[in-house]
Amino acid sequence: MNDKRPIVLIIAIALIGIILLTKLFLIQVADDSFLKKAERNAVQRLVDHPYRGLVYDRTGKILVYNNPLFDLMIIPKEFSVQDTARFCEIFNISKEHLIEGYTAARKYSSVKPSPLIKQISTTEFAKIQDFLIDYPGLFVTTRSVRSYPQPVAASALGYIGEISARQLERDTVKYYRQGDFVGLAGLEGFYEKELRGVKGVKYKMVNVRGVDKGSFKNGEYDTASVAGHNLTSTIDLDLQQYGEKLMGGKVGSVVAIEPKTGEILAMISAPTYDPNILTGSQFGANYMNLNRDESKPLFNRPIMATYPPGSIFKIVQSLIGLQMGVLTPNTTYACNRSLVACHNHPSPVNLFGAIRNSCNPYYHQAYRAMINREVSSNTFKDTQIGLDQWRDKVLAFGLGGPLGLDMNNEKGGSIPTSNYYDRVYGQGRWRYSTIYSLSIGQGEMMVTPLQMANLAAIFANKGYYYTPHLIKAIDGDATRINPEYRTKKEVGVDAHHFDLIQDAMAEAIYGTAARAAISDIQIAGKTGTAQNPHGEDHSVFIAFAPKDDPKIAIAVYVENAGWGGRAAASTASLMIEKYIRGEITRPALEEYVLAGKFM
Amino acid sequence: MRQDDLYINKIDWISILIYVALVTIGWFNIYAAVFDEQNAKSIFDLSINSGQQLVRIGAALIMILLIMVADYRLFDNLSLILYGIFILLLAVTPFIGKEVNGQILTVGFGSIRIQPAEFAKFATALALAKFMERPSFDLSQVKYQLQALAIIMVPVILIMLQPDTGTAMVYFAFFIMLYREGMPQRYYVLALTLIAVSLLALGIENNLYLAFAILAVITILILLGKKSFTRIISFIVIGILMIGYTYSLDYAVSKLPQHQQNRIMVLFNPDLDPLGVGWNVTQSKIAIGSGGFLGKGYLEGTQTKFDFVPEQHTDFIFCTLGEEFGWVGSFVVILLFCTLLIRLVIMAERQKTRFSRVYGYCVVSILLFHFAINIAMTIGLFPVVGIPLPFFSYGGSSLWAFTILLFIFIKLDSHRVQMLGRMK
Repeated sequence: MNDKRPIVLIIAIALIGIILLTKLFLIQVADDSFLKKAERNAVQRLVDHPYRGLVYDRTGKILVYNNPLFDLMIIPKEFSVQDTARFCEIFNISKEHLIEGYTAARKYSSVKPSPLIKQISTTEFAKIQDFLIDYPGLFVTTRSVRSYPQPVAASALGYIGEISARQLERDTVKYYRQGDFVGLAGLEGFYEKELRGVKGVKYKMVNVRGVDKGSFKNGEYDTASVAGHNLTSTIDLDLQQYGEKLMGGKVGSVVAIEPKTGEILAMISAPTYDPNILTGSQFGANYMNLNRDESKPLFNRPIMATYPPGSIFKIVQSLIGLQMGVLTPNTTYACNRSLVACHNHPSPVNLFGAIRNSCNPYYHQAYRAMINREVSSNTFKDTQIGLDQWRDKVLAFGLGGPLGLDMNNEKGGSIPTSNYYDRVYGQGRWRYSTIYSLSIGQGEMMVTPLQMANLAAIFANKGYYYTPHLIKAIDGDATRINPEYRTKKEVGVDAHHFDLIQDAMAEAIYGTAARAAISDIQIAGKTGTAQNPHGEDHSVFIAFAPKDDPKIAIAVYVENAGWGGRAAASTASLMIEKYIRGEITRPALEEYVLAGKFM
Repeated sequence: MRQDDLYINKIDWISILIYVALVTIGWFNIYAAVFDEQNAKSIFDLSINSGQQLVRIGAALIMILLIMVADYRLFDNLSLILYGIFILLLAVTPFIGKEVNGQILTVGFGSIRIQPAEFAKFATALALAKFMERPSFDLSQVKYQLQALAIIMVPVILIMLQPDTGTAMVYFAFFIMLYREGMPQRYYVLALTLIAVSLLALGIENNLYLAFAILAVITILILLGKKSFTRIISFIVIGILMIGYTYSLDYAVSKLPQHQQNRIMVLFNPDLDPLGVGWNVTQSKIAIGSGGFLGKGYLEGTQTKFDFVPEQHTDFIFCTLGEEFGWVGSFVVILLFCTLLIRLVIMAERQKTRFSRVYGYCVVSILLFHFAINIAMTIGLFPVVGIPLPFFSYGGSSLWAFTILLFIFIKLDSHRVQMLGRMK
């Protein structure tokens, strides 16, 4: 009766075996997603953050380093202490702190580490180091923050901060992860790739509670981190520091360049801030405060503020005129104040006199001769052709566009094109009388303090410059910087034309900027005044020294300080003395500059 | 001595060898499940589960010896007494047992504790064999059907009181034996249909589709068979009852305790609650699935070593095997189990007495149920039911109960030629 039933049972048993094995085959062999899930479960990928590169000044002094901070971590389950009083004494905490910290840690996890004491300094750490072994369940983790031994050059050095969502998106090679720190401004931003180093990875295994269970496959897949490259800056720490001291309480910029190399010796943006406040846990709050500050300390004036060049531009006009042959040293014009306002001085003047006296009508007439070359009988057309040809010559001086220094967000200022006037006035509806302000560096023309300093370097070099830059070597190797910074740029004016200019500038010191003169260091300089429609004019001065063998070229802007001879020339003179002599012999002048408040 | 020679020659060494293989593999897997690289201990260390289990295996060997040297008639004679003893023990367990997580499963003193529900399995098997041995016993009659049902239901009800639904469910495995012994086939067809309809009702959101499907099947069945009035009427009634059942099932499930509801729902959607109820199944599948074809190697399973699967040394021991030995290892163990089960069916069929045959089928039923449900649950084919994998899982009671269950049959089988019984 039941003969078939044993067979049915045997088939059922075999069928169950086949079903189980099929399902097992599907999840074990046919589907590898479980393997990945298992690794996600048990293997934790830990990034070994590399040591960020250091930044030195040109003399080898440290500008930026990594300051180790220690956090004392506690694993509640392993922690035990007999003598609480002694423990608190060694670790310099109150009993309440210990109990609170322990309770909080316990609440988070009894087997995972939590911080007990945060941000222990190196000296404090040295004190507790030897006692750590007596207390199970305690260990120390190290992290580092950027630190600045001298609180200077904040805007040049920049800062690091957490990577933004947009930067993460742009990071197509997927180097960065959420929460990583990157250089956001200044050198930290520009040299991010050099400074950051190479991340290392450690794979470790964890159990279900997240407890460390040793390295994965004996560290077969682990890689060590590689420290970032150290940068040698062109900045002279002492000069930078002195400049910031002089600019204290003022608004403006100082840029000092070594003319023969284009190396930036000092770059001061005033007002400034202590770069140490934009590190560590206070970054967010302090950044917000700086951002809200009406004096705009985060605004990097040397490369981002633009002003009309003013009288200083007359030197460029003279050089272009000489090179074009429109001007000779003997070219004379009357100081015709019906053309443009001027101040009292002998008239007529030759070129030397024009520079020395900063004669406006002279340049009004000289510039007309440069622009209206009578290549076209149509005066409008003639002006347009003349302007564009002239503009090309101006651009060769590093004006009208960013110079390309090693910082992001450099502004280029502007030198107007004929298209610009066409747009404003209409084609064929403007001529020399429309644009004559350009002759004396006013009107639709803007330059940055950096470009002005570069002009000083060009005058010092008699016709060439190196693109100004802030980093001269990577890991001590000067050939690893951008070759662009080691390429000589000619401005297209013969060197002999500069002799007259240099003499006039040296002479001019005694006219408009007598305070700037130093008895044994011959300074060649030119004052300027950047017109400020909102208040007192900005005081501008450029100079180089010593005249016969220039070691420093400098541009100083002091906002709302009136004409250039006062604040700017004095500051420049002190900077030059500081750099060349290493000390200040005129305490009275220093006193005068420090006391000046022009905000 | 003469008698000993006689039955020792008849001992079924195939099933004993498979038993030894399974217990040994199980023991190594228990060691792997508790293995901690950073605090590695010997497999024999009594402070860890593998050492403890070895002691229990030793005890099991003593039990085997005792069973093998005992008089084979003893089991027949003692069957009802044993049944009575364990039923009594089950009845008093809720009062004298120790409560763990809301369940009272064990009785005993100090560290020596046993789980009566495990041992009641072989006692119930013996009682069923004893009852069904009677010449008049005929499963085609409702009276005898109810008798068999009563023997099964007494321990089931008592175990439900502990409460231990998983172990109670195991007793329904005896219906496999009853099938062989002539229980009418229609019950099984009905039960399997109900299970299928239940799964569909729980798995399909809209019961309306299912209702149409049932109507369609019923219509086809009516059209295909002979068109007698009673047959048509009974099919229509069954159809209506089933549709009613699908609708009442959802309601019934919502009345179940939350943890049982969750176990059922997780079967249909393991991602429902991956960190809660789904955790066991999800982690278990990850452990087994990550084993691949050949496995990660002994003591190399990360999921196993680092405790990602709860209950891994007991109910989820198959994970260890799946992870560290892969599909090949799973294949070997499943092959061993299937071979043992088929071998036991063949052995049951060669019995000369109904007592031995019924008992043999009881052994097949219990082992098959445990084996199939346990592994199915670890790979997400069946809701999580807390029952051990025979011979593998850590724990004294289950190992001893399965050992006794199996070896009583091996003993009876070795004496099969001496027994004279009336076969039906």
